[in-house]
Amino acid sequence: MPKRADINSVLVIGSGPIVIGQACEFDYSGTQACRVLQEEGIRVILVNSNPATIMTDPDFADATFIEPITPEVIEAIIEKERPDAILPTLGGQTALNAAMALYERGSLEKYNVELIGANVDAIRAGEDRLEFKELVLKAGAGVANSAVAHNMEEVIEIAGQIGYPMVVRPSFTMGGLGSGFAYDEKDLRRIAGAGLQASPTTEVLLEESILGWKEYELELMRDKNDNTVVVCSIENFDPVGVHTGDSITVAPAMTLTDREYQNLRDISIQIIRDVGVDTGGCNIQFAVDPTDGRVIVIEMNPRVSRSSALASKATGFPIAKIAAKLAIGYTLDEIPNDITSVTPASFEPSLDYIVVKVPRFAFEKFPAADPTLTTTMKSVGEAMAIGRTFSQALQKALRSLEKRGSSFSWPNVKLPVDRLLEQMSTATESRISQVQQALWSGAEASTIHEITKIDPWFVDQIVLINEIAEWFRDLETVGLDELKRAKEHGFSDAQLADLRQTSEAEMTAIRHGFNLRPVFKTVDTCAGEFPAETPYHYSSYEQFTEVTASDRKKVVILGSGPNRIGQGVEFDYSCVHATFALREIGIETIMINCNPETVSTDYDTADRLYFEPLTLEDVLEVIHAEAQSGELLGVLVQLGGQTALGLAEGLQKAGITILGTSPENIDRAEERGQFQQILDSGNLLAPANGIATNLSEAAAVADRIGFPVLVRPSFVLGGRGMEIVYDQDSLSGYFDRIAEHALVDAKHPLLVDRFLDDAIEIDVDAIYDGHELFIGGVMEHIEEAGIHSGDSSCTLPPITLSQNQINRVAAATDVIAKGLNVIGLLNVQFALASDVLYVLEANPRASRTVPFVSKALGTTLAKAAARVMVGATIAELVAEGNLPHQDGRHLPPGTPISVKEAVLPFKRFATADGRFVDSLLGPEMRSTGEVMGIDKDFPTAFAKSQAGSGSALPTSGTVFVSVADRDKPQLLLPVRRLDQLGYRILATEGTAQMLARHGIKAESVIKHSEAKSGEVSIVDMITNGQVDVVVNTPSGADARVDGYEIRAATTAADKPIFTTVAQLCAAIGSFEVVREGPFSVKPLQEYAQERIELLT
Amino acid sequence: MNKAYLVLEDGTIFDGQCYGATGQTLGELVFTTGMTGYQETLTDPSYSGQIVIQTFPHIGIVGTNQTDSESDKVWVAGYVVKEPSRISSNYRSEKPLTELLIEGGIIGISNIDTRALTLHIRSLGSMRAGIFSGSDLPDRAAMLEIVKASSQMTGQSLSSKVTTSARYTIPATGTLNGRVAVLDLGIKRSTLEHLAGRGLEIEVFPADSSADTILASQPDGYFFSNGPGDPEASGNQVQMLKELLATGKPFFGICFGNQLLGRALGFETYKLKFGHRGINQPVLNVAQKTVEVTAHNHGFAVKLESESAESPAGFGRVRVSHRGLNDNVVEGLECEDIPAFSVQYHPEAAAGPHDSHYLFDKFLKAIQETK
Repeated sequence: MPKRADINSVLVIGSGPIVIGQACEFDYSGTQACRVLQEEGIRVILVNSNPATIMTDPDFADATFIEPITPEVIEAIIEKERPDAILPTLGGQTALNAAMALYERGSLEKYNVELIGANVDAIRAGEDRLEFKELVLKAGAGVANSAVAHNMEEVIEIAGQIGYPMVVRPSFTMGGLGSGFAYDEKDLRRIAGAGLQASPTTEVLLEESILGWKEYELELMRDKNDNTVVVCSIENFDPVGVHTGDSITVAPAMTLTDREYQNLRDISIQIIRDVGVDTGGCNIQFAVDPTDGRVIVIEMNPRVSRSSALASKATGFPIAKIAAKLAIGYTLDEIPNDITSVTPASFEPSLDYIVVKVPRFAFEKFPAADPTLTTTMKSVGEAMAIGRTFSQALQKALRSLEKRGSSFSWPNVKLPVDRLLEQMSTATESRISQVQQALWSGAEASTIHEITKIDPWFVDQIVLINEIAEWFRDLETVGLDELKRAKEHGFSDAQLADLRQTSEAEMTAIRHGFNLRPVFKTVDTCAGEFPAETPYHYSSYEQFTEVTASDRKKVVILGSGPNRIGQGVEFDYSCVHATFALREIGIETIMINCNPETVSTDYDTADRLYFEPLTLEDVLEVIHAEAQSGELLGVLVQLGGQTALGLAEGLQKAGITILGTSPENIDRAEERGQFQQILDSGNLLAPANGIATNLSEAAAVADRIGFPVLVRPSFVLGGRGMEIVYDQDSLSGYFDRIAEHALVDAKHPLLVDRFLDDAIEIDVDAIYDGHELFIGGVMEHIEEAGIHSGDSSCTLPPITLSQNQINRVAAATDVIAKGLNVIGLLNVQFALASDVLYVLEANPRASRTVPFVSKALGTTLAKAAARVMVGATIAELVAEGNLPHQDGRHLPPGTPISVKEAVLPFKRFATADGRFVDSLLGPEMRSTGEVMGIDKDFPTAFAKSQAGSGSALPTSGTVFVSVADRDKPQLLLPVRRLDQLGYRILATEGTAQMLARHGIKAESVIKHSEAKSGEVSIVDMITNGQVDVVVNTPSGADARVDGYEIRAATTAADKPIFTTVAQLCAAIGSFEVVREGPFSVKPLQEYAQERIELLT
Repeated sequence: MNKAYLVLEDGTIFDGQCYGATGQTLGELVFTTGMTGYQETLTDPSYSGQIVIQTFPHIGIVGTNQTDSESDKVWVAGYVVKEPSRISSNYRSEKPLTELLIEGGIIGISNIDTRALTLHIRSLGSMRAGIFSGSDLPDRAAMLEIVKASSQMTGQSLSSKVTTSARYTIPATGTLNGRVAVLDLGIKRSTLEHLAGRGLEIEVFPADSSADTILASQPDGYFFSNGPGDPEASGNQVQMLKELLATGKPFFGICFGNQLLGRALGFETYKLKFGHRGINQPVLNVAQKTVEVTAHNHGFAVKLESESAESPAGFGRVRVSHRGLNDNVVEGLECEDIPAFSVQYHPEAAAGPHDSHYLFDKFLKAIQETK
């Protein structure tokens, strides 16, 4: 019985903005699902507020709604589109929660729309701790002793029965948000208090500690005929205690006997049945006591998850795609396995390689945050590597992280063991290197196991890597066999060179002298049993290669590696579009990337996929293999962010053609003197500036140009190390802070700019083909200059710029494009102060805003840019219809307004004493993702963007204002309006007096720092939920303490906060809009139709 | 490091390192794709005469223990792995795998490109091979000659090598539900445990037992086990099975037992190109229209292309109860007119998924119904 005949249209709910715990893996899953449903002739309706996703491209659905994922909005979409069914299992916890909310509002019943993939009972059974516990016991597995509490009294009572340490888990939160280990009552009160608040049902589970047990995950799929398969088993290198998203994980499970593994499989199948996941995927997490094999089920997710994306990439079994097919009625045996094409999907993949995933963290962005790894996920991305052995896969994965110190190293001077052993007793991102260093320094493997509980086999693998390192270091001469043996264990040329005290180039030359190159194997789901049709490859040092280069014209596209703050899904978006564009014109595309979450690493995306680290050595070896026949046109490095760009110079030196803007010109954009010449040639201004390689030089520059200055290391993304510095003392403090990160040296000077107060910041994305400029879009930032463009909200079209100003921006962009000899994409940032236009920086590469511009204006910038990079002209693309006749500087009246809003992860990061880190915005980017609001006018679009980012503006309630003196004049009008609208206004004494003098009645509240014992301060009021909106701008050092307390409490209470007055002013119209009733919705496809009408 | 060589009859030679015992061994080279359960594989008598390639690269991580052995010795003729584990890590481990191999005199080879080797076998089919290690090795040409001179799997009867030397009885666990005569063609311990665990008293007979001996024990049902060899070369057992079927008592066969049932019913068997060996194989339960993920270990299969057919040997209607979804191979037979059925795959698993344990219940039910 194939596809159901009663489903003709399906609403797919996306996962919204990228946040920690819910990243672009859901774009990968959702994109697959939309593709499958469309291929099956089903009308696809999609809602997702995240414009940076591939899935929200209008091609992937029949009606694409970039709208907030709230029950009200989804109901409006249902009313408009009348889908037969809703598929909520591919958009993470966000989509599941939305589905549950729709059910509870009665929307499903009202519009007679069915949930497919998972039903309400299954969602509830998987998420409700008590119900789930009963299911687990019924399946014959154990659960940790536990009980549920709904308030603090119950928490304390239950604690008496369970004993410390214990785990606290809030219900219905994603990525383990709010959970943690409590070692005593003080810990418990803090964690459970936050957990009760984080749980939408005010419910926390307290359970017995299973710290140090082995942790496993199984990924399952089940169809309507009860056929169930285990797609993949995953073993955590880090034992229980570290969230699986923050653990190093290995597929398949390595340290289980068949009996133990089959027991986990039996339990899983029983659970998926009892939970009632009728069609689709589910993920079950286990803890296994290493001393006696006792099994405890930790949790299950009745949906596609981060782990299922990993499992899909690890095995070649496309879980999301199959889940979508199962949801519309197919059974597993009716679906062919894409990779073999002859065998069905009703099997369990067998691997003949090892997959290692390592998380990437961003603690450097949150210096105050506690870097201890716990059951709350904190990593922002991950890299995956495939190798024929664990040691090979592990070393490849570590170097894929592209982070200083992430690869193992073998210093000559061995470090004191005691210190390392002490450090590794706490799980942090450095633990694996501490383990390796301790072993190198002479620690016993058994000691490491006792302290960390890492399985002895994993520890032994690190011992093995160290042994190979020592052996290789001490060899008299390096011959072919010796070098091959080291390469088999995953050592890079750079690591080997280090061991032999020679250069990487020398080591590579020795290796090439022996003609020792990696072979490429294939991920085939079946350990070689059947021929693979899909070219999904990884490297290994072995005897035979499976890859033969084609005779076609080909282009290598470098992906962007693991997600990190500043380099996320936006770059993958551009890479994927370039791939599509080149495939369309018959060029063979070869993708190299190591991020398992992405669409680019789907074996369906490029003609050939190499899952490899993005290091020069690894990339050059792929290119070497592919260049054996056919015509390699070159490599695209402009799209994969700093990762890909960073390889440009090395590739060029190796004689590889770089497509598009040349590496020299990319460098010229960063090199102050040369860039200034280009600006001078067009009479363009930049803020007064200079460069420095140390503190004294920086101080001299600052003296010359005057404080405040904006300092910025060169060649970084996401504003790493970027700050506004107000005086000399702060400048030396800045150098102290960045010292350990080695951001600044003679080759990478610090850029020091005069900071422009109260300027409007403007961002431009454009394409240049060597002759003609195409402006993609001119975006106006809502926050003033000084807030990183990635963290600031912006609007397109601009709302305060005149056509004359836009024309000046376009003309300046043209000068820069010409000056830098851009071929492809160019992003320029400007500041407009007192109608004077300053150029802040120019980057001849794909920017973070390319997808936003493409969605807002219905153009496909990345596709067009890829074509330009392989020789097309803008005129040709316009003639083909791939670019509109008028570019982004000419937008007709009536063009809808799109607002991009950043989503920030402050709630994920607690300080060592358990409070949230400060939520102030600054020049260093800290947001993980973005949402877009689109509507006919700015206030509505802005209101949608706020709702989409999870900080919906309240229609009534209490607003607290406390601003710096310099902001007080601008505060007056917006607060007056809020007062008129009926919001209750609270203010600290000084602000309240000022408002009173202007006739605005504001209630005075007590500052946190001035509250006497027993008095209720503003911080208490925020914590107690008595405040609905907070406006707080930072001021002098004294008030900074109060400001921090206010902002941290607001973050904890999950209320909207405005930290600049500009934001508040922009929002005033939106406060009015939200009171007028629910949002109306419109798909991108309708906007596109209207755009055509506007232009004709 | 001591060198070892894997020599294939087509002249391909892989250079590797000594693993397990040292010396020379010959056999049919096959690959198995299971990622867990190497100990069960090694101790499965069906692998007698075969040099087994593990496609999973790391072998030996969880060591070995008494409980997980499927028989009391390691049966493989030789063992080919990529990377043997240096330590054993599991709370149940009693002995490192390497030690078990050396004790059993099992000659292995490690550190070779097992994936390339597997693809080679997949495209050219199972073939004879030899592992050579130790001192005084013959040269490459001589090694190849030795391999080429070794016996072929086709036409070989191996039951006598793996069967019990004398009959023995295993008591039923719990309430006695019946008595079963088991023909040991290379039986696995798990199979016996499944039967006994269902209240069946088991009398195990050597493979060369006569029909009269078995009939004389007056069991309530008959069971033929898995085992190595070419079913075509086991005419005696086929003949005996015909006599047993004629009694009208329930019959259940697994793997080799399935092939013998096929032949007893009058169908042909044939050799597969490279066989099915793994624990991830989808099998369609034709009647239920459901999929079972099953453990396989077979190089031969019953030939029956239609959904059902009349038994040429006169046992009535026979239908294909299970088919492999990967390649449509017959994976189970069910007689409609006599209480006999069999499966080509391994419902006892070990190693492998437990999806098909129900077949033992089915056998029990048949015994209870005819008793």
